[in-house]
Amino acid sequence: MIKDIKIPDIGEKVESGQVVDILVKVGDAVQLDQGILEMETDKAVVEIPAEDSGVITEILVKEGQVVKIGEVVARIDTEGKQQAAAPAEEAKPKTEDIPPPRVETPPVKEEARKPEPVMEQPVQKSAPIPKPAPKDSAPPKQPIDIPASPSVRHLARELGVDITKVTGSGPGGRITSDDVKHFVHHVVEDETVVPQASMTPSNMPDFGQWGAIERVPLSQVRKLISQSTANSWATIPHVTQFDEADISHVNAFIEKHKNTVAKAGGKLTVTAVLLKVMASALKKFPNFNSSIDVQNGELILKKYVHIGIAVDTDRGLLVPVIRDADKKGIVRLAMDLKDIADRTRERKIKPDELDGGTFTISNQGGIGGTNFTPIVLWPQVAILGVSRTADRLVDEGGDIVKRQFLPLSLSYDHRVVDGADAARFLRWVAEALESPLVMQLDE
Amino acid sequence: MSDTKKVAVIGAGPGGYAAAFMAADLGMSVTLIDPEVNPGGVCLYYGCIPSKALLHVAGLINESAEAKNWGVTFTKPKVNLDKLRSWKNDVVLKLTGGLGQLSKQRKLTYIKGTATFVDNTTLEITSGGKKTNHQFDNIILATGSRPATIPIAQKFTSRIMDSTRSLALKDIPNKLLVIGGGYIGLEMGTIYASLGSKVTVVEMTDGLLPGADRDLVKVLSKRVENLFEAVLLETKVSDIKEQKNGVKVEFEGKHAKNAGKLYDRVLLAVGRTPNSTGLGLENTKVKINDRGFVQVDEQRRTDEPNIFAIGDVTGEPMLAHKATHEGRVAASVIAGKTAAYEPKAIPAIVFTDPEIAWCGLTEVQAKKENRTIKVARFPWAASGRAASLGQTDGVTKLIIDADTDRVLGMGIAGHGAGELIAEGVLAIEMAATAEDIGLSIHPHPTLSETIMETADLLYGLSTHYHRPQKK
Repeated sequence: MIKDIKIPDIGEKVESGQVVDILVKVGDAVQLDQGILEMETDKAVVEIPAEDSGVITEILVKEGQVVKIGEVVARIDTEGKQQAAAPAEEAKPKTEDIPPPRVETPPVKEEARKPEPVMEQPVQKSAPIPKPAPKDSAPPKQPIDIPASPSVRHLARELGVDITKVTGSGPGGRITSDDVKHFVHHVVEDETVVPQASMTPSNMPDFGQWGAIERVPLSQVRKLISQSTANSWATIPHVTQFDEADISHVNAFIEKHKNTVAKAGGKLTVTAVLLKVMASALKKFPNFNSSIDVQNGELILKKYVHIGIAVDTDRGLLVPVIRDADKKGIVRLAMDLKDIADRTRERKIKPDELDGGTFTISNQGGIGGTNFTPIVLWPQVAILGVSRTADRLVDEGGDIVKRQFLPLSLSYDHRVVDGADAARFLRWVAEALESPLVMQLDE
Repeated sequence: MSDTKKVAVIGAGPGGYAAAFMAADLGMSVTLIDPEVNPGGVCLYYGCIPSKALLHVAGLINESAEAKNWGVTFTKPKVNLDKLRSWKNDVVLKLTGGLGQLSKQRKLTYIKGTATFVDNTTLEITSGGKKTNHQFDNIILATGSRPATIPIAQKFTSRIMDSTRSLALKDIPNKLLVIGGGYIGLEMGTIYASLGSKVTVVEMTDGLLPGADRDLVKVLSKRVENLFEAVLLETKVSDIKEQKNGVKVEFEGKHAKNAGKLYDRVLLAVGRTPNSTGLGLENTKVKINDRGFVQVDEQRRTDEPNIFAIGDVTGEPMLAHKATHEGRVAASVIAGKTAAYEPKAIPAIVFTDPEIAWCGLTEVQAKKENRTIKVARFPWAASGRAASLGQTDGVTKLIIDADTDRVLGMGIAGHGAGELIAEGVLAIEMAATAEDIGLSIHPHPTLSETIMETADLLYGLSTHYHRPQKK
């Protein structure tokens, strides 16, 4: 029996996405839940699974195509057997001929404690990235269609403004120099457009004049990171507070209980413990679990604690969220953490799972480094950066003992949090890591 | 090593010398290479300037003949060809000599010679029989174009002339055949006809000046009927044979039968071919398209990032003023400025009698692009100045965007059209509306008023031409 494979509802806000990779070809035998294609939405890349086992008889979409929820993307013969050579294949677009745009990487072990070479992935040079279907079929504007004088066009070029985006205020829609300047101000104010304006090619030097270059299209994820970080950076007055915590006891604790947690399907790591500690800290210091509403002059305090975890994937940084971290024990947090990080790397995270975080932890301990200054993920107001644990000899009442210190960096929004509060917050976190009973003092 | 950029410009035509001067003015160390003694290129030596000098004389002859209608009769003019030729040559010498002076004042190195590419930064310069290699940071290719040939006439001789030979003005042939009804053919035909030749123009398509709006061409066509012996449209030259007593020409097409067969001279004016070969470009990454034009981007940069190309060698329209603008863009870009070649209107002028000029969008082009436009056409019969000049057959037209009333194109056929067209260019570049033009006071009594009245006509409000608006 031939059945349709449709794009399932993958989250309340997602209506469509772009096919980035087709994982099967006509004639392939697929199993239930096997990935058919990968679709990139505004928020994440989602793998669309087969809902039945069988043989793929037809693929109706191409890489780069935009598909809607409910759209039939392929057909499957649930009673079919794999054919040596599928005759129907010839007539279909040979999607397999197009090398996939993504770069395959071995699955990165979640929370690798050992320094792993998680460097930037080399970009495949030969892979032609399929061009996305043009959203607007209108032909590109000719110079004569741009109602601006040569000097105004020159001004726009100097300011890196795409003059075709500027609305003219003069007769016949004529663009004045004031219109261009106003556009620039508007762009600076309008946070969402900032990264685009700063990415316009016209204010870039021509790098080709100094040697060979290659242009690689930004992935959707990269574009989102670029927008989101630029927005955060432009909006939030950042300050970063540094501290460190003696986590010798935490490490001993992890050593002791890791097998128990592993049996439950989780992985006990410093991040898992930190999730617990941070959840308590956010309850103790509610301002760090807030958002600032500048327009209405209000601070929005959230009565829930959803902690985002920065996950390094082959597509770039993604931040899946662990819900209600304050209501969960360490074992559960360790399980959730492994699950969500694994699925993020395997591109199976749902867009909704990237939403709603109230605080973020970015742990680079697996890679190294002594300290770093993370960027707050707007509209959150703080983020904890964690670097590599360092061994240090400590004089403990005359005995020289080896202790492990965890470097902590807390970046925060100074509009909401003052330096003293940040110092107190981070000190509390360090003390809670050193002697967990601190967390129970108020409860 | 100094930080000063070393720039070479190959070719000193209006594109090349403008680029070189601009580069020198922007502080770069410039070498300008050209086979002539002084800068000028085809435009000054064998094109725009000498042809306009001769066309001025042609106009004088024609107008003095017309004067009998106004009560003034001249005797038939006697042409001292040697003196005319030397006056024309003097004009050329004076202007090119001036450019040589300007080069010296700018302290640029002018080399009379030729250059070929060894690689993207090295030129082998041949000058005075010596070959030397020179290094440059940037090179601007401004080698221009040359008259095109056709399969049946692959070589130019004293009888089968190109525009250069025809401008040399060796003699005034009794019978001249001009192959090609484009601007070069018509301008040269006008010169020779005025000097006394019986001129026949043969054109393959169904009208003179292919590509230009027909209403403008119509004005010219009527006049050349009197000036020329014959205009053979939709007719092709199938064979040319040089004989002792002249050139024997065979035709095919519409007027094949009633065409004369023997001409004293033939002028081949079928277009121009870019000079993109023999330059060693194969030693660089510079790309040439199938029509022989060097491929450049908006900044006039070739596929070899440090090499730029400007002017005729980069493509149509092959016009001096376009080359000049491109040259200045390329020099600015090399100087690190944010310049781009993005004209909205490039004026084109045919210096016939009467002149025809247009810029921006033509009606033909608008139709091709399916644009919604409005066209306003003002007949010069309603112009006081045209009447006082005895030039009432002219026409001024504006091509207007139907939604915004912005001026997208302008066309003029009539006396002095070439001088008038600049207003259209400015209006288009400034994104002026028809109303802007109508509300700008134009001097009376001049032909420029026709532009203002054309704009007014769009709203049915022209003072001197009554055409009520449709209700």
